[in-house]
This record gives sequence, C-alpha cells and structure tokens, in this order.
Amino acid sequence: MSSRLALRAGLISLLLFLLFIGIWSVATRPVEATDHGADAEYAALMGKGVDKASGFPPPAKVGEAFVTYLSDPFYDNGPNDKGIGIQLGHSLIRVGIGFLLAVAVALPLGFAIGMSPLLFQAFNPFIQILKPISPLAWMPLALYSLKDSDISGIFVIFICSLWPMLINTAFGVASVRKDWINVARTLEVGPLRKAFQVILPAAAPTILTGMRISMGIAWLVIVAAEMLVGGTGIGYFVWNEWNNLALPNVIFAVAMIGLVGMILDQCFGVLQKLVTYRE
Amino acid sequence: MTTHFLSIEGLKKAYPGAHPAVFQDIHFGIDKGEFVCIIGHSGCGKTTILNVLAGLEDATAGGVIMDGREVAGPSLDRGVVFQNHALMPWMSVLANVAFAVKSRWPDWSKAKIAEHSTRYLEMVGLGHAIDKKPAELSGGMKQRVGIARAFAIEPKMLLLDEPFGALDALTRGTIQDELLKIVQATHQTVFMITHDVDEAILLADKVILMSNGPLAKIAEIVEITMPRDRTRADMHHDPQFYRIRNHLVDFLVNRSKSYAGDTAVLHDPKHPPIVRPGLNAEAPSPDAPSRATPGLKQVVNQ
Repeated sequence: MSSRLALRAGLISLLLFLLFIGIWSVATRPVEATDHGADAEYAALMGKGVDKASGFPPPAKVGEAFVTYLSDPFYDNGPNDKGIGIQLGHSLIRVGIGFLLAVAVALPLGFAIGMSPLLFQAFNPFIQILKPISPLAWMPLALYSLKDSDISGIFVIFICSLWPMLINTAFGVASVRKDWINVARTLEVGPLRKAFQVILPAAAPTILTGMRISMGIAWLVIVAAEMLVGGTGIGYFVWNEWNNLALPNVIFAVAMIGLVGMILDQCFGVLQKLVTYRE
Repeated sequence: MTTHFLSIEGLKKAYPGAHPAVFQDIHFGIDKGEFVCIIGHSGCGKTTILNVLAGLEDATAGGVIMDGREVAGPSLDRGVVFQNHALMPWMSVLANVAFAVKSRWPDWSKAKIAEHSTRYLEMVGLGHAIDKKPAELSGGMKQRVGIARAFAIEPKMLLLDEPFGALDALTRGTIQDELLKIVQATHQTVFMITHDVDEAILLADKVILMSNGPLAKIAEIVEITMPRDRTRADMHHDPQFYRIRNHLVDFLVNRSKSYAGDTAVLHDPKHPPIVRPGLNAEAPSPDAPSRATPGLKQVVNQ
C-alpha cells in the first residue's frame, strides 16, 4: 500500500520536474525564431538576431554545465579554477569545524543552563539578544580581530550554529521527566552517571533537533559568508561565476548547494531517529 | 512506647503562602516486615508523606527515623515504585533493572548484575521480555518491571505510590497476587498508597486512614486482623472481610469529611486510635471469638 503510494508520488514528482524543464525551455527558447518582419532590423540592432550566450540560459546549457563539472569534480587549475568537489569540500570543512566548535560549547553550557534555573535566568537575556543577530553582522568584527578570512568564516558558522543547539540543549535538559530524575535520586546515582545515563539520553532527541536546525542554518550562512570572504568554497564559486557572467554555472552551483544541504539534513534525520525513544 | 523500625514524628507539610498546611501532626510507626497501606481522599498529602519517606521531598516540620537513623535525602535503603512506573524508555527492560542493581552494587561484574536482574524479572513473570523496550509492554508489565526494579536492590523498605492505579481490574488482581507472594516470601517492609479498599485489605497488616486535607490528620489506624495467608480468591469468605471493608468504605464516604473538625480534636495525634473492626462481633464469628469484645468498635490507645 505505502510502496504504491511512493510510486505514485514519485511519478508525480517526475511529471512536475518535466513540466518545470518544459516551461523553462519554452521561456528561454531563442528569440530569433519569431518572425516579426518589420522589426527585424530593430532586433538586429538590439543584438537579438544572433545566437548569443547572453539572456537566461536554457536547460540544455545548464545540463552541459552539470556534465562538465560532475565529470571531473576534483580538478585544481589554480585559485580561480577548481572542481566543484573541491569547492564543496572547502565549504563542508568550514561548516564542520564551526559546527563542532559550537557543539563543544553548546552542549556543556546548555547542560549547565538546563540543570540550574539560576544560570538559566542569568544567561537568558544574553541569549535572547545575541540569538536574532544575523551571523554575517559579526563578519567585520571577526575579520578585524581574527585577521584571517578563513578563521572568520569558521567563526561566523560557529556563532550561527551555537544558539539553536544551546537553547534546545538547555530546554531538553530542563524538561527531562521528573520521574526519571527521582529514580536516579532514589538509587543514589552519582552526578556524572546521572548526566550521561539519564539526562543525556532523555534529552537527546531535543538536542539532536537543535543540531539539525543549527546545521541547516550553518549551510545557509556559509554561502553568504564565502561570497564575502572569497578564496574558496561554494559561495565563492557562485560569486565568481556571476562575475564571469556564467549563469549556467551559477544555476549548477545553486542546485549543488540544495543537494548537499538536503544530504546534511538527512544525515541528522537518521541520527535523530537513532536517539528517539518511544514512551 | 515501643520503638518502631520506621517512625514518623510530627510530620507537617505547608506550602509557602497563606495556605493552611496540607497535613500536620502525623505520627505513626511501621515495624519490620509489616505491610502498611495508607488510604485517604486526594489532596490529603499521601503522596507527599511517601515522598518524604523516600527522601524526595522535605517536610516543613517533623522527621522520619528509619532503623535508628534520620531520613535525610533519598537512599538505596528505600526502594520506590512510582505511580506511572517511571521506566527509562530508551533502556531495555533488563537494562532498567540492571541500572538499579549497578547503583546498589557498583563493584559487581556485568554478568552478575545481569543474572541478579534477570532473577527478579523472572520473579514478576517477565523472564521472556527482558530484551524488550518498555514501550513494547502493556501497562501491567511495565509496572511489574517497576516492582522488579525496586525489589532487585533489596531495600530495607519498599515504598509504593499507588502502583496499580492506572491498571485495569484484571491486571491489577494478578499483580496484587504476585506482590503478595513476593512480600510474603521476602518479609519485605512495605508502605503503600492506594485508593482501593479491597487491595488494602488483601495486602496490608495495618491501614492508615487519613482525614481530608487541608490540615489532614491520621484519623484511625485499622488493623487487618484476618489471617496473613489470605488470597484474593477466598478472602471475601472470611467473616471479618465485610466488617473491615464496611468500616473502611464508611470512613471514606462519610466520616473522612467530618474528621477534620471536632472529632479530630478528641484524639491525641501522637497516638491515633487503633481499631480492629474485623474482630467486632456483630455477627457470631467462628474465627476470632476469643478476642472479640462487644461494642461498636474496639478502641485501644497505645
């Protein structure tokens, strides 16, 4: 029953995709095909009589970009010409380092804040003020004080991944069922064992949700951050191709950003399933 | 006055604010191997008393002394069976019990812990389900795991907070029988909250009746004088059964309300009246003719 549903949904997805490509082809077909007679001279003046690469690229052109880049994803011909795999790799490494640093801070701090109502109230105003700040607003400060564009990019990822994880960890820890805590108390369980064997598994689903949100935000932010700092990465690639006016490559890169983002999210989805428990 | 294994002295609980205390002047004792049930309407502070005994809550005044030492904070000496079983859903049934066993005997090997835990799970009839997660069990089975977990640490005393409240009548009966068997075999000292009069009569040696809150008190302590080897199947054939049952129901339905007022003043809270309605010979009783005394009920002050 559900496999039939999946099949039908897949068919509809395919149809939607073909429809999208179809509309795209029609909308971007070469203008010269239309015969306006009297306007031909005007059209020639405007440069529309010849088949030029300008204008929004048709699907075929973008398809070519897909083939070229995916057939050799890891080539490296100097600073401005690297394969898409290398660019994505740079972005993923930045996101990974920034994210892990955020985990290292958010988990212990979130634990402490979640366990202690005092700390929760003391930290809350700072979290509330810092949370809504666009991570890119930190960029000038980061560049000035860290004096390194690469580290600044990582810092921006760190700061944007921090809040959802911190808040979710604190919330998850604070809302562990009182019964489980009481069980641990009546069994005279030590603080470390209680933290790792009772509170952590109980709060894990909420913590993982925070991590998943953080990762989503980090992947959104890395593109913008790399457009600013330049050098390497998928964000830089997009900006570079825009400066080259190579729109097929930009569209290709946009699709890749979406694809990698989806894979990252799915990975966290799997992790989330692993720690989720049924009551 | 004899010293009890566990004695509660002058216990009082009041919450901040101008509200009257939930209960006050609570005195009673539990002897080793005794099974004591406490019955009262919601809001009389039964669960709070149990939590104070468990060390999970602090009383406003008064204290609890167990085995010559004051109860301060939770301890492995007192096993607790929680109302809604409180199993950790991410652990298997065995791991839930093993978690408790490991807390009690941290030096034991993994194999020994597993063996000990399995033995207690088999005792409650769950030997076949040790690898399941709590979510895969029925409500009755979950509560059995909770009971096995509490027994497995071999506490000096067992505290049960309405353990069968959420179960259907059939399941409740089966588990009551099992609990009865285990308690009779281990001579465990037990303090249990219940709403079920029949359950109290089946299991208890003494039933503590609480008047309604706020300012709840112990109204009476009812001794269940029926022979200890009672079973659910035939305890209602005992002529004492209905006398005790009527007495308890009568208290819950009629007298618990009025008790907070004038009647309560009449007795000394340090020595709440002990009654034995089972021995009251309204009808000729072949079981206990010698001890029966005339009158509505026998009141003894210790």
